[in-house]
Amino acid sequence: MANSSTRFSARLLIERSVATLIIGLVFFWLAINLVKSPSQFFQSSIIGISNGVLYALIALGYTLVYGIIELINFAHGDLFMLGGLFAATFITVWFKQETPSNTGYAVFFLCLIAAMGFCATINVGIERFAYRRLRKAPKLAPLITAVGVSFIIQFIGIRWNGSGPKTWNSVLPSGEFTISSVHIPYTTVISFLVTIPLLIFMTFIVAKTRRGKAMRATAQDADAARLMGINVNKTISFTFALGGALAGAAGLLFQQTRGLTNYNLGYQLGLIAFTSAVLGGIGNLSGAVLGAILIGLIQGLNDGLPIGLGQQWSQTVVFTILILLMVFKPTGLLGKPMVEKV
Amino acid sequence: MKFPTIKLRKKSKISKELKSFNQSKWIRGFTIAAAAIWVFYAFIVDLLPYSLSDFFQKWFPATTINESLVWVICALGLNIVVGYAGLLDLGFVAFWAIGGYCAGWFMSDFFHQTSIHFGSTAAPEQPGIHLSFWIVLLIGAIICALFGVLIGAPTLRLKSDYLALVTLGFGEIIPQIFYNGENIAGFNLSNGSKGISPVDNVGLFGKTLGPFDLDWKYLIFVCLAALMVFISLRIRSGRLGRAWLAIREDELAASMMGVPLMKSKLAAYAVGAFSGGIGGVAFATHVNGVFADRFSFSISIILLAMVVLGGMGNVWGVIVGALAIAWVNSTGLPAFGETVNNVLGTSINFPSYNFLLFGGILIFMMLYKREGLLPESRLKQILHETDDSTSNIGGH
Repeated sequence: MANSSTRFSARLLIERSVATLIIGLVFFWLAINLVKSPSQFFQSSIIGISNGVLYALIALGYTLVYGIIELINFAHGDLFMLGGLFAATFITVWFKQETPSNTGYAVFFLCLIAAMGFCATINVGIERFAYRRLRKAPKLAPLITAVGVSFIIQFIGIRWNGSGPKTWNSVLPSGEFTISSVHIPYTTVISFLVTIPLLIFMTFIVAKTRRGKAMRATAQDADAARLMGINVNKTISFTFALGGALAGAAGLLFQQTRGLTNYNLGYQLGLIAFTSAVLGGIGNLSGAVLGAILIGLIQGLNDGLPIGLGQQWSQTVVFTILILLMVFKPTGLLGKPMVEKV
Repeated sequence: MKFPTIKLRKKSKISKELKSFNQSKWIRGFTIAAAAIWVFYAFIVDLLPYSLSDFFQKWFPATTINESLVWVICALGLNIVVGYAGLLDLGFVAFWAIGGYCAGWFMSDFFHQTSIHFGSTAAPEQPGIHLSFWIVLLIGAIICALFGVLIGAPTLRLKSDYLALVTLGFGEIIPQIFYNGENIAGFNLSNGSKGISPVDNVGLFGKTLGPFDLDWKYLIFVCLAALMVFISLRIRSGRLGRAWLAIREDELAASMMGVPLMKSKLAAYAVGAFSGGIGGVAFATHVNGVFADRFSFSISIILLAMVVLGGMGNVWGVIVGALAIAWVNSTGLPAFGETVNNVLGTSINFPSYNFLLFGGILIFMMLYKREGLLPESRLKQILHETDDSTSNIGGH
């Protein structure tokens, strides 16, 4: 007994020291860069954070769905892509707005609501027709179904957008303002202005409303929730609607701030967003936002700093973080330790 | 706690199934089928009237058959990880890539600083490392097996979803390292996006098989596939295989019965990766090079689809699934589209419906025939269980 406990603590010690070493090295790297060129450091941080809030919107969709039915919804990233395509069609093709103007802003906000509604409807539809019947099935079945749904959405993306990337003009102002040699584009400010109220609103729904309470109850124990008179199917549909709406908003923001749509964008960003959700502790809402901003920051710093690996290693850095996290702290930064249910 | 639900009356069926794994039987069947196809393509197809041979050229070209066999080899490896041990692996492409680059490193002019020759078909004055195809096959398989253990080790404590994620992460990182590997701290690891091409010809009994000696390469690939089938079946009925099935069905119960979880899981990764390495080396000689941009996530997904659609855990199902999907992907869909367009006078781009077809197949199979086309009887029961259980494939 004593032997096993010393072995356990030795292992813990090794893990702790390796984790501390890694974190120390990261801070060392940041400090060197900060000293070397502070303006570039802050510039990269701004870019990173503005990416991070976008990831946060997508990551929340993953974490909501995972929290309630324990499914990695591979199709969620593609839903975001579809939201972007919808926004491009809505603003540029239907309302013919290509330059910043008052009508442009009005159409932008109209589109925000429309895109959220559009993606929410699709996400609820996917849940209804593909995932609901597999809710009691072994885990592999809904996971593979999600991959299938992702393929079908990508197919829709190819039909809608063509097989290559398309660029669009934005209705958002393109200028920037400067605080002591750090340039902050207006689009970044607008991303914040759209994202933060959405996040607050969502937190409010989950934490304060009856629906939110039902969601939390279902996430904890679906059978018990059903016994307490909660309509579990409706609650799960509502969760998918929430996640879908956030993905729609993210799609619009991405399309307007980057001016780009492509059928395979969803896969790339979806993986990064999912990593953020895991980083924060999957199933935990504030964790997802924190994780997304951290991932955005790390990516931005890695891409932009003078001493860094550079953009072509961006994806590798993100996944290395994911793997290290899985090894050292599988529950994520804010996740609770999981007890194995028998 | 839910007890393993293999009902007793099914016992006779299982033992019958085990008996039907009588080796001489499948080896005979496999050899006859493989030899028939070889004889057909090597000798008969040229003697056929033009319309018939044209039909085969269009619908079943020899190069597609060889490529399908590479898919079969890799799918059999993934089947060991997913189908036998129940560990969901979404990054199998990493092993394919490592195997491919082993061929690139040890069978080409790539390391032109040195000149090492051993049993190779390359001219002795060529720079670079040139080893015999068979040695490279072994090296690739062993390196992949080591990587399998390396990738498997950090994931052992994780539950199924997290495990899938970590494998997915490795499946993204390793191809990206090869893609950006032109200059890793001044060292050219992989020639970057240009890839390594050409690789040496394969030597077989003093013959030199170039890229177009499809018939002989078919024989090699078929033998490799047979080797994988043999390994799969032998291990499955042995101690390790039974440990895998136990882990798949209920990890907790298995560990309580004294199944060494760590060892068995790592062995599953190693054996799976072993075949990924063989497939990678074989594929490199098939396309005469390795190219980093081929190793994408979709390969992992297609392999998983092959295993799932064919029938997880059943070697023959996986082979059927792999052959069918590989054929549809490379030849079936374009040829079908061409025929339809010619008959109806339309110009529909059928290969662009690839995504729809695959997505649709995956969803409908999962909704209506979850156990695959040729299911394994044990797994069929688990997959249709509706209660929670603690198995990797079966529960939460």
